[in-house]
Amino acid sequence: MAKRPVKKRASKSAKVPTPSATATLNDDIGEEKRLEMWRLQLEVRHMEQRLHDLFFQNLIKGTSHLAIGQEAIASGCAAVMRPDDYTFCTYRGHAHTKVRGVSMEKIIGEMMGKGNGLLGGKGGSMHLTDVDKGAMGSYAIIGAHLPIAAGAAWKAQYLKTGQVAFCFFGDGTTNIGAFHEALNFAVIWELPVVFVCENNLYMEYTPISEVTAVEHPAADRAGAYGLDSIIVDGNDADAVYRVARAAAEKARNGGGPSLIEAKTYRHSGHSRADPATYRPDGELEEWLKKDPIPAYRQRLKEFGISKKVIDDIEDAVLAELDAATEAAKNGAPPSEDSLMTEVWADGGSSWRN
Amino acid sequence: MAELTYREAVAAGIAQEMERDETVVFLGEDIAKAGGVFKATVGLYDKFGPDRVRDTPISEQAILGAAMGAAMTGLRPIAEIMFSDFLAVCWDIVSNQIAKSRYMTDGQVSMPLVIRTANGGGARFGAQHSQSVENWSMMIPGLKVVAPSSPADVKGLLAAAIRDPDPVMFFEQKSLYATKGEVPDGEHVEEMGKARVVRDGDDVTIVALAAMVPRAVEAADRLQAEEGISASVVDLRSLVPLDTTTIFNEVGKTGRLVTVEENPRLCGWGAEVSSIVAEERFWDLDMPILRITTPHIPLPSSEELEDIALPSVARIFETVRNEVD
Ligand SMILES: Cc1ncc(C[n+]2csc(CCOP(=O)(O)OP(=O)(O)O)c2C)c(N)n1
Ligand SMILES: [Mg+2]
Repeated sequence: MAKRPVKKRASKSAKVPTPSATATLNDDIGEEKRLEMWRLQLEVRHMEQRLHDLFFQNLIKGTSHLAIGQEAIASGCAAVMRPDDYTFCTYRGHAHTKVRGVSMEKIIGEMMGKGNGLLGGKGGSMHLTDVDKGAMGSYAIIGAHLPIAAGAAWKAQYLKTGQVAFCFFGDGTTNIGAFHEALNFAVIWELPVVFVCENNLYMEYTPISEVTAVEHPAADRAGAYGLDSIIVDGNDADAVYRVARAAAEKARNGGGPSLIEAKTYRHSGHSRADPATYRPDGELEEWLKKDPIPAYRQRLKEFGISKKVIDDIEDAVLAELDAATEAAKNGAPPSEDSLMTEVWADGGSSWRN
Repeated sequence: MAELTYREAVAAGIAQEMERDETVVFLGEDIAKAGGVFKATVGLYDKFGPDRVRDTPISEQAILGAAMGAAMTGLRPIAEIMFSDFLAVCWDIVSNQIAKSRYMTDGQVSMPLVIRTANGGGARFGAQHSQSVENWSMMIPGLKVVAPSSPADVKGLLAAAIRDPDPVMFFEQKSLYATKGEVPDGEHVEEMGKARVVRDGDDVTIVALAAMVPRAVEAADRLQAEEGISASVVDLRSLVPLDTTTIFNEVGKTGRLVTVEENPRLCGWGAEVSSIVAEERFWDLDMPILRITTPHIPLPSSEELEDIALPSVARIFETVRNEVD
C-alpha cells in the first residue's frame, strides 16, 4: 500500500451550484438524469405514503420508519451509482432500497409479512435487502453498517472492480463508536466508500443539537479523519447528485472515502409509534415549504420540461404502486416450512447430527 | 508428519488456504508485520504481502464489520480478535449482523468468514484476558463454533473453517499455543462437526474441549493406573455443529457421562450436552451426569487461585473416581 500523504485539515464546505433562471437542461446533470431523479423521488414519496396508509389499515404490523421529506438524498445518490455499486442503509431504508430498482411489490409484500415479500417475511421493514440490485441490507443497530460498508469497499479495492459502497445513516449515528471506527479505518485503507449522513435534526425524539458536541454532527467531525467537511442541501436532489458524483468519482479513482452531511427533515414522526409532539411549533411548516417534491417539480418546469412529461411520470409511478399494492395484498403468508430455512448456506438450520 | 506447535499450526493452516484461494484475506491488530501478539501468524505478511495480510487499528467493530462486508461481497476473510474477551466490544457485529444476515434476508447473503481468537485461561492474565467464551457464541443461531485441542486439528479445522460457507468462530486456547504435535504433511483439512474419541474406555465417558482435552486424557490415564477405571475421552472439537452421535455412542457403551468445561458454570456447553443426553439417552445412564467447570466467578490472576479455579487433572481424577466408585 502506498504511503498516504498527510492531508491538511480541510474546513471549507463544498460549493453546491444552484440553477439560475438562465440555466439550460444541457448542464452537467441534463434532462435524462433529472427525469430519473424525479421518478425516483416520486416512487419513494408515494410508496412511503402508501405504506403509511397500509399501517393504518392494520395491514402492516410491527414498526416502520418513513423517509417522507428525505427523498432527494436517496434519489440523488442512486442517480450517481453504477448498477454494481453497493448500498448500505438503515431501518429508515425503504427509500434507499427502492431507488436501486427493487420491486415495489416485494417491498410492500415484505412490509406486510407475506411470503412473496423481498425477504420471504423473515426480515421486515427494518432489513430490506436485494443483493441482486446492490441493496446490501438495511441495518437496525445504529452504526453497525458503517464498518460493513467499508468491508464491501475493501472487496472492491482488493479485486479492483471499481465499485463504490454508499452508506447512509442519520445524524444520531455520528455519536456511536462504530461511526468513528469506520471513518478512521476507511481513511487509512483508502477505501472506496461514500458515507452519507442524513441530518434530519433528530435522533429519535431528541434534537441532535442537545446531544452533540459540534454544530454539524458529521461535517464537523470530518476533519478529525483528514476528510473534507461537506454539507449539502439534502432537499435538493441536484445538489445531492453533484456532491455524490464528486465523492463517487474520487472513490473510483483511488482517492478514498468521503463523508457528506445532507441537511433534511422528516415530515412524519421517527417511527409509526411517534406523533412527534416534541417538535417546536412551526418547525414542520417551515420545512414543508422546502419539501423536495414540489421544489423539484418547479425545477423541472423552470428547465422547460412540459407539464405532461412531469405528470406522466407521476401517473406511471402511481399506476405501478397500485398494481404492486394489490399484488402484495394478494400474496400468501410465508409457508411454515420457511421458518427453519436459511440459517446456514446449505439452506437448513441444523446444529447437530 | 512434521512436528508443529499449536501456534505454528495456525500460520500453517492460514498459509495453506491463502495459497489455494486468492479470495482469502486476513486482518487484525498486529497480525501482519509483527506476526501476532501470540506469534501465531508469523511469516504470513512476508509470504502473502500487504494486500492480503493487513494490520488494523484498535477497532474491533471495524475489523469484524469489514470482514463481514468483504465476506458478503465475495471474499473469504479471516479476522483476528486478539483476546476472546474483546469480542464483547464488537458483539453487535458478531451476534446481530454476521450471525443473522443470511436468515433475515432469506438466504440472499452469504457469510464465509472466520473469526479467530485467543481464548481461555492459564496464563495468569486476570478476568479480562482469560475467559473461555465459546458458550457466548454457541447460544447465537447462525454461528459455527470450533475449538481445537491439538496442532493437527488447528491446521485441519482452520482450513475447514476457511472453506466453510458460513461464519465460524475459531477459538484457539492460548494455554495450548506452545504445545507440540504431529501434523500431517501436505494439504490437511478436517471435517467440521465431528467429535473424536481420543481415548477408548468402558466405564465412563469424559467429554472435553480444547485445553480440557489433554487434562481429561491425563486424568483418564491416572484413573486407569491408580483405580482401574477405564474412561473414554471425547474431544468435541466443535460445539456447532454438535456431534451428538459420537457422544451417544460413547455414553451407550459406558453408561456414565462427565463433561469438563473451562467456562464458568452457568450455561456452559456441558449443560446443553447434559440436557440432550438426559432427554434422549436417559435409559443408557447408570449414574447422574456430572459437570466439572470453573466455578461461577470471574477468573482471578494469581497462579494459586487460577489453578484451583480451572478444572485440573486432579479435580477431574477425584470427581470421576468418587462418582464411579
Ligand atoms: C445501538 C442502538 N442504539 C439505539 C437504537 C434505538 N434507535 C433506533 S433509531 C434511533 C435514532 C437514530 O437517529 P439517527 O441516526 O439520526 O437516524 P434517523 O432515525 O433520524 O434516520 C435510535 C436511538 C438502536 N437501534 N441501536
Ligand atoms: Mg436523525
